[in-house]
This record gives sequence, C-alpha cells and structure tokens, in this order.
Amino acid sequence: MGIISSKIGDLGVVTTTLDTAVNWARTGAMWPLLFGLACCAIEMMSTQASDYDLSRFGMELNRASPRQADLIIVAGRVTRKMAPVIRTLYDQMAAPRYVLAMGDCASCGGIYNNYAVVQGVDEIVPVDVYVAGCPPRPEQLIHGIMTLHERVRSERLKTWVSAEGVR
Amino acid sequence: MNILRGFATTFKHLLEEPITVQYPEQMRPFRERYKGRHHLRRYENGLEKCIGCALCAAACPADAIWVEAAENTDEQRFSPGERYAKTYEINMLRCIFCGYCEDACPTQAIQLGHEHQLSFTDRQDAIFTKDMLIDPTAIGVAGTPQQVEPGVYTRSIPDMENPR
Repeated sequence: MGIISSKIGDLGVVTTTLDTAVNWARTGAMWPLLFGLACCAIEMMSTQASDYDLSRFGMELNRASPRQADLIIVAGRVTRKMAPVIRTLYDQMAAPRYVLAMGDCASCGGIYNNYAVVQGVDEIVPVDVYVAGCPPRPEQLIHGIMTLHERVRSERLKTWVSAEGVR
Repeated sequence: MNILRGFATTFKHLLEEPITVQYPEQMRPFRERYKGRHHLRRYENGLEKCIGCALCAAACPADAIWVEAAENTDEQRFSPGERYAKTYEINMLRCIFCGYCEDACPTQAIQLGHEHQLSFTDRQDAIFTKDMLIDPTAIGVAGTPQQVEPGVYTRSIPDMENPR
C-alpha cells in the first residue's frame, strides 16, 4: 500500500484517468542518458540518426547529465571498472527512472564470460527491458523502447510510492 | 557569391523527401542472409530434422543452446535415426546470431530466420523452448511423435546422392 493510495483510497475512475495522463507524459518525452559503452552504441547512434529518427518517440535529446535523463540505455559490455560508474549515474537520475539493457553483453554478459565483464547489468541496477541481438538493429532497439513504453503505460498511480521508496 | 552557392545547397536539401523509415508501421527490407531468430525445421512427412546430436551446442561460442537427447522408437518416432532432441532451448539473450549452429548442423535442422523483434521484460522470457522454435507441420501432415513401420527410418542423416 503506497502513501498516495493510503491518503486517497482507490478512487477508481479518477486515478485511472490520472494514470493515463501521467503515463502519456512519461512515454511521450523519455529522454535517454548519453551512455554508450561498446559496439551497441554505434547502433544506438544510427537509431537516433535520420533513417530511424528516435525523436519520433519523443527521445530527441540524449542528455549528458543524469539529472535530466529518464532512461539509461546500457549499450554494450559493462566492465567491472565501469560498474560503479553506472550505479552512480543511476543513483543520480531522478525518479521515475528506467533502465534498458541493450544487446547480449549488457543483458547477460554475452560471449564475454570472463572476470573482467559484469555478467548482466542487472547485477548492479534493476533492468526494465532486455533487448536481444549482437548488436541489435535499430529496429530491435525501437522495439525494446516500445516494450518499455508498454510497461510504463501499465504502471499505476497507487504503486508509485512503495515500501521501498520511490522506484 | 560563395554564400549564395552555400544557401542553394541548403534549399536543395529542404525540398528533398524525408528518408526516415516509419519503423513500426513500415519495415525496411532485410537482406536474404540476415540472421534473426532460429527455427527448427521438419521433413515433409512431419518428422523433426533435429536428431539431438548437440553439435550446435558445441559450436555455439556463447553457450546459448541446451540440448537433451532421448531415444526414438518405432512406436514413438520424433526424428529419423536413433535419437531426437527431448529438450531444445536457446537463450536469446546469450545468442549472438553468428549462425555457427546452422553451419554445424548435419541435418540442416536449425536455421536462422528473419524475425528480429526480441525484447523481454524478464530474463526467463528470453529462453525459447522447442515448442516455440519448431515449425508447425503442413496442413494434413501428422506431427510428432508418429507411429511408423519398423526399419524404415534407420539413418539419422538422410542418404546422400552423388552429384550428377
């Protein structure tokens, strides 16, 4: 039971309409963090270039500051040295924040099954969507972003503030 | 004069058609040899081509494939030869779509298709089982297991013919 729902109860149609409006706003302008790690970053760049044009989904700006970003696309393999950096960046992002693990290496280590590479970025940050591919085509990345949008649309107001704090 | 030439280039590009592919509605054509999601193929009579030899799992550089074989009998026949794949799982998040499994397969059972829309909200969803990978049988053809005449399907790998 979140704080909001304990105050207002289950107001049904009011919260549902508010949910829809808030989720529309969240999915309509989800700015990603400028964070490319390896070859997946090349595909991420081409997704933002004019052929696929990610700004059609309200993601025209890759913010270089985590304070202004809503989504972190982990594009590439995460080394053990990079892991604290990702965690810091994630902690600096303002809620609601989302993580998309792009490609095999970010999702589960891929072919880099060794001591230097984190076996999946979900060891250090909670991941919302995993995108398969090595590297994923721009179509696959856009499909992953649409999967994330679906997930955001299903979020409900009363679960915003949970016992663990703001997600 | 140079500035006019520069602006002429700008205006020329202003009048061009936009090149953006409207992805979810519109798809760019794929190359013939593009490697996407895997398919397990069947013979025309409905038997599975996969014989459970696990050469694909051995060839896989990312250890994405898990094969467990079981014995065929003539009453319960899944594939020609002695064995069939009881379990066949591919972890799509580990697979790097290199196509080595396709090259290693002695019966051309596994082939990489063009499906590419693979994104998951849970890592468990990324493991594709045999039911998800295998092709459906053609209309009017029985699936597996089949009951067959004894001694017909003794060879795992179909007879090769000499080139003429």
